[in-house]
Amino acid sequence: MATASDTHHTHDHHDHTPGFVARWFFSTNHKDIGILYLIFAVAAALVGVGLSLLMRLELASPGLQYFADGQAWNVAVTAHGVVMVFFVIMPALIGGFGNYFVPIMIGAPDMAFPRLNNISFWLLVPALILAVGSLFVGGAGTGWTLYPPLSNSTYQSGMGVDMALFALHLAGASSILGAANFITTIFNMRAPGMTLHKMPLFVWGMLVTAFLLLLSVPVLGGAITMLITDRNFGTAFFDPAGGGDPVLFQHLFWFFGHPEVYIMILPGFGIISHVLSTFSRKPIFGYLGMAYAMVAIGVVGFVVWAHHMFTSGISVDTRAYFMAATMVIAVPTGIKIFSWIATMWGGSIRFTTPMLFAIGFVFLFTVGGVSGVKLANASVDVILHNTYYVVAHFHYVLSLGAVFSIYAGFYYWIGKMSGKQYPEFWGQIHFWMTFIGVNLTFFPMHFLGAQGMPRRYPDYPDAFSGWNMVASVGAYISVASFVVFLYVCWRTFTSKEVAAANPWGEGATTLEWQVSSPPPFHTFDELPRIR
Amino acid sequence: MRRKTVSRFAGLLATLAVAVASLMQGASALAQPAAAEGGPAMVGAPHNWGVNLQPAAGPIKEAIHDFNSLVLWLMVIITAFVGILLVWVVYRFRASANPVPSRTSHNTVLEIAWTVIPVLILLVIAIPSFRLIYYEDRAPDPALTVNVTGRQWYWHYAYPEQGNFAFDSYPVQEADLKPDQLRNLAVDEPMVIPVGQDIRIITTGQDVIHSFFVPSLGVQKYTIPGRTLETWMRADRVGTFYGQCNQICGQNHWFMPIVVKAVPQAEFDSWVASARQRFSAEGPATPAPTPTKVADAAAAVAR
Repeated sequence: MATASDTHHTHDHHDHTPGFVARWFFSTNHKDIGILYLIFAVAAALVGVGLSLLMRLELASPGLQYFADGQAWNVAVTAHGVVMVFFVIMPALIGGFGNYFVPIMIGAPDMAFPRLNNISFWLLVPALILAVGSLFVGGAGTGWTLYPPLSNSTYQSGMGVDMALFALHLAGASSILGAANFITTIFNMRAPGMTLHKMPLFVWGMLVTAFLLLLSVPVLGGAITMLITDRNFGTAFFDPAGGGDPVLFQHLFWFFGHPEVYIMILPGFGIISHVLSTFSRKPIFGYLGMAYAMVAIGVVGFVVWAHHMFTSGISVDTRAYFMAATMVIAVPTGIKIFSWIATMWGGSIRFTTPMLFAIGFVFLFTVGGVSGVKLANASVDVILHNTYYVVAHFHYVLSLGAVFSIYAGFYYWIGKMSGKQYPEFWGQIHFWMTFIGVNLTFFPMHFLGAQGMPRRYPDYPDAFSGWNMVASVGAYISVASFVVFLYVCWRTFTSKEVAAANPWGEGATTLEWQVSSPPPFHTFDELPRIR
Repeated sequence: MRRKTVSRFAGLLATLAVAVASLMQGASALAQPAAAEGGPAMVGAPHNWGVNLQPAAGPIKEAIHDFNSLVLWLMVIITAFVGILLVWVVYRFRASANPVPSRTSHNTVLEIAWTVIPVLILLVIAIPSFRLIYYEDRAPDPALTVNVTGRQWYWHYAYPEQGNFAFDSYPVQEADLKPDQLRNLAVDEPMVIPVGQDIRIITTGQDVIHSFFVPSLGVQKYTIPGRTLETWMRADRVGTFYGQCNQICGQNHWFMPIVVKAVPQAEFDSWVASARQRFSAEGPATPAPTPTKVADAAAAVAR
């Protein structure tokens, strides 16, 4: 592997950084933009976590307690979903870790289009302002799925829905530009010798993610544009009275929405692979299988969308097809799970905080995966659709899957990004609190769902009170663990402990460990040559 | 390595055996005739600290139970398998126990095994699942039809073949609850059906999308404006079966419960007689499904 750090010291005069305003507000540097994305994600997470705390407080016991009425509740549910999906998970994984590490890992000096990268980030800021601002003008009480007619102007007349829709438009534009940037960078700017089949798995994950974004987000854009004109200009794309069809929106939304869930998890798959390999001191098991499993998940992920609509009246043959196609995804996912275990098998495993999160990820993603196989069956989905079983399932793959991969990436790379190492003790406290908290929150939701508790309810029949109380206790622990995470951040940034270029030893083989911590402003003065 | 591979195969064989056993149970349940009518009245409702599905009151839900058990056991076995592997790996290959890591990164046999075996497990799941979705789809020869309309925030039921009467079913406010009524689940006028009969449910929407969902009968369908959807249900036991609106529909989404009462045929007939009297004055009911719809349904069933 290349040793770019040496060249850096001999050419220090190249490494002048711009002033504060130019560096952080007009930045075209992929690492600085990555940092901005991560700060943005943590800020948005404060909103998203705050909303979930409010919701679990309300659900801790039967009866309406904190929320004025069902509309206020629906607004909170919607905002929680939109903020977590578009402003926490995607910015952290794609904008944050993706921007920072994809160019370094492939030995590129920066992203292909630095100014496009800048606008990608700055589009997100007004998007978040619109999304959070909509809460103060009535909000969108539609659920993040935005199904009309509930989301049209008859039933949600305020500005809140329009602001939320524009927020999604801006976030979508940001994602599309970012995706184009990643694809161009990965295809054209790999260092000499970095063939596609030598690319680190995180880069593979980002490449597949970028394609999913590029192909699916425009469909969401089309759907919400039609919704905006339905709301404001008297069109009737989704109104049967004017010849439109509410189910059309569902198809368009989920044509985007299902690839979206893989968009949120594929970069995480990459991170987990690196962490497991590093701390097992072993190369990744079945590298090609891992890479093409992600490609397969991406491709098949595009042709399964109507499994979200098994009770929307699609014909029984259509249900049969979507059921079969959906179950196929379990195969590449299984390949990944077993390859991760095989990566650890025979290794020499050290249990640092990122490794704990990665091992936790493998198990919890399995739980979320098998409940997904059950939900894929239209035959049993008829009584589980829209219940808490679904809530449990997607929080296991996202709140426990994607978020664990973000934390694994954070602890793995924070020393590299900040030049300062995190406190191991507090990192492990953070892991165990999160692990216990989220499982206590989301596992009982399987029971509630099996018993038939519908989603998006601020109040429920008394028979659901037991497990809801348990889930709320779990949520309080999870929120406390988020506070511990903020404390870990504070301890890290005020730490005097300087991170070495490669604190993880021989298991860490990707290019970012060849440069200093933090990497110089311009990572590579000379392109590294791979093998 | 090879011996471990063999023992893994043995474990999976056991898995498949369990799956096949459940499958056969499921098949026999599907073939069973309707359970005896009458018996003690059943209540289809959630219960506190419940962990599994609500009890089954009809053949669809019974079939779902059998299928659910099959998938649930497979899920438990797979999750336990992965969990045990992880615990073993973490214990056996911790740095202090295994200071020198192996460099193995390929094993073609293993990689083929963990691709092919999941495919086989999925086939075990898919085959009964396909049968079940076609069974759940439509009743071939329903005894009667109930038109269901979800409205903000109550239900509207129409009986086109019993004299075309229709009525609204409102939730009972907390202050008005009688001692035996369940909070957030009780309604003033339940949907009444005869026990042991196939009921065709035709759903349609009027304002926003709602979802007609009765867990203990194994039935759920959206009610979508501009669309007419069909499903069916049957209660094989006399009883009261609770459900709730299951698609976000605004302000009172959480407060539009569903109650289906299954009664013996004679009691149903007298209820129909009185209902025609009580509800006829309330204006025209929702029109009956058009003949073409029914013909479509019949054609689909024949297929």
